[in-house]
Parts: sequence; C-alpha cells; structure tokens
Amino acid sequence: MPDLLGLARRVLEEAKGDEEVEVYVAHGRETSIRVFEGEIEELTAAESAGVGVRVISAGRQGFSYVGTLEATAATEALVQARDNATFASIDEHAGLASPDGVEPPALDLWREELVSFLTDEKVALALELERRVRSGDPRIRQVVSSDYVDGYGETAIATSRGIEVSSRQTGCYLFVHAVAGDGDDTQTGFGYSVGRAPGDLDLEAAATDAVDRATRLLGAKKARSAKLTAVLDRRVTATLLGILSGTLSGEEVVKGRSLFAGRTGEKVGVDELTLVDDPTNPLAYGASQHDAEGLACRRNSLISNGELKGFLYNTYAARLAGTASTGSAVRGGFRTTPGVGAQALSLEPGKQDQAEIIAQVGEGFLVQSITGVHSGVNRVSGDFSVGAEGLMIRGGELAEPVREVTIASTIQRMLQHVVAVGSDIEWLPGAATGVTLAIDDIALSGS
Amino acid sequence: MAPSHTASVDLVETPVLERVLRQALRRGGDFAEVFVEDRSSSSIFLDDRKVEELSSGRDRGAGIRVIVGETTGFAHTADLSEAGLLSAAEAAAAVAREGGGGVREVALSRQHPDHHQTATLPNSVPKSDKVDLLLRADDASRSAGSAVVQVSAGYGDSRRRILVANSDGLLAGDDRVRTRFFVTCVASGDGGMQTGSESLAYTLGFDMFDDHPVEEAAEKAAQRAVSKLKARPAPSGVLPVVLKRGSGGFLFHEACGHGLEADHILKDSSVYTGRVGQLVASPGVTLVDDGTLGPNWGTLVIDDEGRPAQRNVLIENGVLTDYMWDYLRARKEGRVSSGNGRRQSYEDLPMVRMTNTYLLAGEDDPDEIVAQTPNGIYVAQLGGGQVNTATGDFVFGMTEAYLIEGGRITEPLRNANLIGNGPDVLSKIDAIANDFEMAPGTCGKDGQSVAVGCGQPTMRVTGITIGGTASA
Repeated sequence: MPDLLGLARRVLEEAKGDEEVEVYVAHGRETSIRVFEGEIEELTAAESAGVGVRVISAGRQGFSYVGTLEATAATEALVQARDNATFASIDEHAGLASPDGVEPPALDLWREELVSFLTDEKVALALELERRVRSGDPRIRQVVSSDYVDGYGETAIATSRGIEVSSRQTGCYLFVHAVAGDGDDTQTGFGYSVGRAPGDLDLEAAATDAVDRATRLLGAKKARSAKLTAVLDRRVTATLLGILSGTLSGEEVVKGRSLFAGRTGEKVGVDELTLVDDPTNPLAYGASQHDAEGLACRRNSLISNGELKGFLYNTYAARLAGTASTGSAVRGGFRTTPGVGAQALSLEPGKQDQAEIIAQVGEGFLVQSITGVHSGVNRVSGDFSVGAEGLMIRGGELAEPVREVTIASTIQRMLQHVVAVGSDIEWLPGAATGVTLAIDDIALSGS
Repeated sequence: MAPSHTASVDLVETPVLERVLRQALRRGGDFAEVFVEDRSSSSIFLDDRKVEELSSGRDRGAGIRVIVGETTGFAHTADLSEAGLLSAAEAAAAVAREGGGGVREVALSRQHPDHHQTATLPNSVPKSDKVDLLLRADDASRSAGSAVVQVSAGYGDSRRRILVANSDGLLAGDDRVRTRFFVTCVASGDGGMQTGSESLAYTLGFDMFDDHPVEEAAEKAAQRAVSKLKARPAPSGVLPVVLKRGSGGFLFHEACGHGLEADHILKDSSVYTGRVGQLVASPGVTLVDDGTLGPNWGTLVIDDEGRPAQRNVLIENGVLTDYMWDYLRARKEGRVSSGNGRRQSYEDLPMVRMTNTYLLAGEDDPDEIVAQTPNGIYVAQLGGGQVNTATGDFVFGMTEAYLIEGGRITEPLRNANLIGNGPDVLSKIDAIANDFEMAPGTCGKDGQSVAVGCGQPTMRVTGITIGGTASA
C-alpha cells in the first residue's frame, strides 16, 4: 500500500504560515464480479486514489482535488484550493477541526482474509448464489444479476492544526436480483449479505431473502385506500432512519432547515423511541475510529425515550451553533469537503420479534419495500409520501400481497404514533440499522 | 491548469493505443476497448448569504475492457503512461482464461472528425463572475417575498475530453462542456416551512446564462416555496392528472424509458420484452430518445463508446418501434448500437443509457385540457422518481401541484408522491397539447449517474394514484 500519511505530510509542508490546510488522502481497491446464467458476465478490477485539499485563509475556504497520488499533482491541488479560497465569502465560523482530546475507539476493521481471497473463490460464491436462487422456487423466472463485490481502502488526514490520523478497512457483499413470474404476473426481489470478510457472508440468507421477497408478492394487487397501522420491515426502517438523520444534522438545524430546529428537550416521539448514532460499535458497518476531519468517533444520543436530546455536528456546523463537534464529519471520498452525517444510527430494540408485532397489530400492512424516498420525503416540512409494496395483515397474520400503493404521513406524526419497536436488529450497509417498526395512523393510497 | 488545445483523440498517442489494444487481446478475446478521459470541473456553493465553498478538481485516467464470449473484463487506471495502460490491459484481459489468443494487430483510424469545442471554456471565465451569479440569485429569491427565509444556490461546470479506441479500429474523440445552476428556497409561514427549487443545466459554456438568467430561476423557486405555505395536503386516491409541459418528461423517462433499454430487454427483466410492433401506448403517443437535440443536458456528439449520437424513435403513434442499444447488447443481437452507450467516468463500464427522452407534442390547447378536466390534479413540477423495470411500477414526487376544480386550477398542494404502472399510464393518456419544454435531470442506474434531458407537452392521464393524506 502507498504511504498515504507520508504524502499528506509532504503536501502540508507547502502550507503558508497564515493559512490553515487539511490534506485528505484516500486509496482503495475493489473487485466486482457479476454472473449471469452460470457464466461470468463482468469482472472488474478497480483501483482508485486521490487527494483533496482544503485551505482556509483569512476566514475564506477553498477546496480542490486530484484523482491521483502523484506528489506534484497533489501540491497543485493545494495551489488551486488556495486560489479558490480567495473568492469565497469571509466566514468567521470557517475552520479546521482542533484536536479535542477524545480518544478514538479501539476498532479493528481490517481483515487480512479478504485481501488474500482468490478471484476463483469470489466467482464461485456469485455462481452459487445464482444457482440457489434459480433453484429456490419454480416460480423464479430470472436471476437478473448475482454479484460478489469486495474492497479495501485506507485514508489519511493531516492538518496544520496538528491532526494526523490514518485508518483502513475491508468490506464485501453478495447481492442478487431475482424476478418471479406466475402467468402474466411478475414481481422482483433483492437479497444481500454484507461482511468485513468473505467468511462473514451468509449466502443462504441472501438467496432465501431474494426468493421470498419476489415470490410472496406474486398476485399482488392495489389495496383500497385506508388509514391503518404499517409494520415496517427492517430494511424499510433503516431507510426511514436514514431520512431522519438528515433532520438531525446540526447544520440543517442551525440554518433553520430541519423540522427539529429549536425543539431540543421536547418530547418528539413516544416513550419507546430511543435513537443513537454510535460508530464506536464494532457491529455496525458504519463503525469508524475517526470522522472525516480526523476527530475521534463517539456515541451520540439523539432521541432518548421520545425526548429530543441533540444533533450531529462537524466542526463548521458546531462553530455556527456555538457548540463542539460530535465527531460527525462525513465525506464521499477525496472529491468532496466534509459534510455532517450519521454514521451508525440505531433504535434501541424492543422486546417483540416481527411475528409477535404482526400478531399484536392484528389488522394492518407489512411494508416490504418503499420507493421514491428522495422525492417523497421533505426534511423541512416533514411531509412523507412513498411508494410501497408488501402484504396485508389480517387477524394477526400475513394475508394478500399488495403493490402500487403509497403510504403517507408526516415525520412528526410518525414518531408520535410508533406502536412497537422490534427486537430483531439487523446490521446493514449504510448509516442505519434495521429493526421492525410498527406505526399507526398511516394513510395508504390505493384504489 | 492551462487549457489544452490538443485534440481529444491525442490524449494518448495512437501507436500507444494500438499496442495497448494488442496487449488486451493477447490471451484471446473478441473485442477490446480503451476509454480515456480528462475531466476538469469546478463548483461553487452559496448558503445562508455566504459563498461557502469554491471547489475544483481534475480526474484523468483510462478504462480498458476486454470482451470474451459472454464475459467482460474491465480495469481502470489513473496512470496514462504506456506502462500504466499496459498493466490495466493485462488486468482486464484476465477474464480470457483460455490463453493462446496469439498476436492480433489493431490499426486505428479516425471514424469521425474530432469535435472542437466552441463554447466558452469554464476555466476562461473569471471565478468572480461565477460567484456573482450566485449572489444575484440570492438577492432575486429574497426580494421575491418576505416569507423567504433561506436560500441556497449552486453553480457547477465541467469540461470532459474523451477518447475511445477499440479493436475494430475505431478512434474517436469528444470535448464536452456542461454548465449547471440550481437554487433552493425555504419559506416560512404559520403552517410551518416549505421549499421550492429550480435548476438550469445545458451542454453549453458560461454563455448559457445570457439566455437563461439566474434571476428568473431564483424567483421561480421562491414563488414555489411561498405558494406552498398555503398548500393543503394532497388527496389520497386515483384522480385525473394534467402534467404541465417540461418536467413531466421524467415520468416517461422512468415509466417507460428504462424499460426500453436493451440490457433489461435481453435479460427479460422489462415489461416491454418481446413487444416490438405492438400497441403499448395511446395512439397519440410518440416517444423519442435523441442525443442530438440542441444544447440540452443529455446531448452528446458521440456516446462513450465512440458512436455518434442519433435520434431514435422508440414508440410511434402508440406502437413500440425499437429499444435503445449500446455496443455489447447490439453485438449480441447482430445489429449496431443506437448511440446509447454511456458511462459516468473512466472508472465505469458503459451500459445502455438514455440521452434526451421526450414525447412529441400533439394538437390540443393546454388551457383547454385543464378546462375540460372537471376534477383532478395539475402537476406543474415533478421531482425525482424511480421505476422497477420488471414490473413497470413507478413512483414520482410532485414538487409543485394544484387541485383542479370545475376545470380551473385552484389550491396549491403539499408535496406528495404519485404512483403508477408504466404501460398502464401510457394507455391512459387522453389529451396531448401543442406546447413543449425540456428539463434537465440526473439519471442513476446501477450506481452510475449521467446527465439526461426529459421533455413533454402538457398532457392528461385519466387516472394516477395520488399518495397524499387527504380524502379524495
């Protein structure tokens, strides 16, 4: 592996005395295999690397990146960032993170096993996943794709304020997309499994999930419009939490763009609702030692027994709000500056599993998947309206499948109408954890 | 970074490309391709009255693919030296396991004249002029109404020079300049906060703002946010929907465009598989994908496989005429690509993608269409959406919508999704107006984003499910 911290330090040496400079260096490799009808369809070997440089000079911030680890190009990025800064507005809150003495969690996110895993073994996993889905049910008409993807990456951050950190991690997943058919009817289902190393992957679970999700929706029809209780499947809840995290961003709050602005200390949800963002938990795939500005990650309580406790901040948002960073700087790689985001959100689990919740709800709608989340949820007004498919719940049991309906409410109302949180935590890729969640007073729009 | 005046096909010397292609086919392989890209981009973001950030970046690299039978091998590198390219060629060729392909010489010849960019290049525009655009937009939004409490705006430009060389001897280059602008306003009133957005995006240089002033877009966004302060919840249930010209085109991009991409067709994961020649829409519907349509956001000179962009009629008078094709899928069917092979960057494999997709105008008067709708919804702006190509089911966000009561547009509605099924909606179009407008968007597929244009005349669909919370 290239010496990322060494490169970051070298660029930092070019900083002038009156400017703050942050150098972020990233390097990663990825292998991606897609099989179709028993053969390799695509095999990709990818290596990507680059340097992003932030300069703050006299209260003005500029940024530039290059998609290479060449030292001269990296230094040129510093020159460009410096020039960009001269055109920005003076912002007294602009500034890099200062070391705050918080110790990073002891996490080992690197698995040597993944690095030495052979291509033939990766192909074999993808082929086996496809085979099991095809043979999983006679109604499986097509396996559109069966993928094995793995990668490992390292990042380093060095700043003129004395931050010097680096970290590395491995990860892999299996993903399969199945189509089930029965007469003219067609339905689709996805299955996946994630891990830090191939040994963590549960191929059977991914296959079964894809088959079940596709076949159980066969014969689905539009349901009648109604107000009802929706039971959100674990992955749907994870998506919902992802949306919620945007409203808990300190930057959005301080800028008046969150429905939670000015509501700290208020009861925003039912007693059963406790939400934390905890990237120090090694079980979470979003676990990390440092945030994207090099501060230690920490456990942040957001909602406790329904009461709004606080928000997430990176350095800039914290300075705007007159508080301290919560170690919640995130960035989408070397091409962007740090934003604010959740890293490992999870609801405190309840005591019932999904079947028990369905039995308790009695009459309702189990939501298997939702669509149109980006267009259908407004983090400012709280309006919530998404496409949904799933199964009706009748007499405490799963009944007929439903498609082409929407479910709607507002985020504010949904938090006050949670009737059950499941015990069935599922650690998922992305920034949020899955758990079954039942919410009443939801408007289902159908025929 | 000084502007380069060399032609895009000279990003890598031709003899080097020939040696790299030979290396890629060394183990045997039916086809090899080198895609080289040199991309410079810059962006500026204004928020809360401050120019928060100026950002710029440069990416250079090459993606190499080798096709052996049904298998594609792909590797990419940021190292454009001959050694770097040869090593990527070796990695891509690893899928050709049989070995012993022998030496296959490739002689490249230019297929099309290289495209010489005539637009004002982004790096020749002073950064202060770009900053000024955003400040002007901020002022314009705020003066549009005292209820506007927050404005954010962004500017972005990119110059992307590409080269494509393949083992069929093709050598082609392109030089693409794109510029975009967006503004989002937050308005606050008694009933809470509402947002309104507008964007401008063209395959043009900075001069696009001469014809498309940012003030106009900024006022539009502000008005959208302010008018929604009085909005009531959208109804829940099936209602007639009149789609205003422009952004409604995204509905057809999602609802049927994706289902007409040949990769979905060949895997039998589209509702349109095997339906060429059949009536799939109301007889008035003609759907076109056209990469050559003016300076729109999805316009290309050549696609990312070196094929000239072209106009493809997908549905003509309601009858499905053809799908969209890239090199790989066309090759399987023994035909030629329709110029729809696109990729996000040199780090990605090309696949079948749309360019500018639109429905042709009809003969009805747009106002008459509303007047002849006793009760329904008027959608003036659609936001993003999503489709399941295998079932045709789609959802879409309405970001500016009104009730139609007694043939008149009345109260504004809060944001909600609408949901429907592509083939079903296409058969329920009963009025098509004689107006037309295009709108820019970003299309995501399999993790890759590309710029697309969408367009449509004002039209009516007899029934779509509206996902609001109020009784219809």
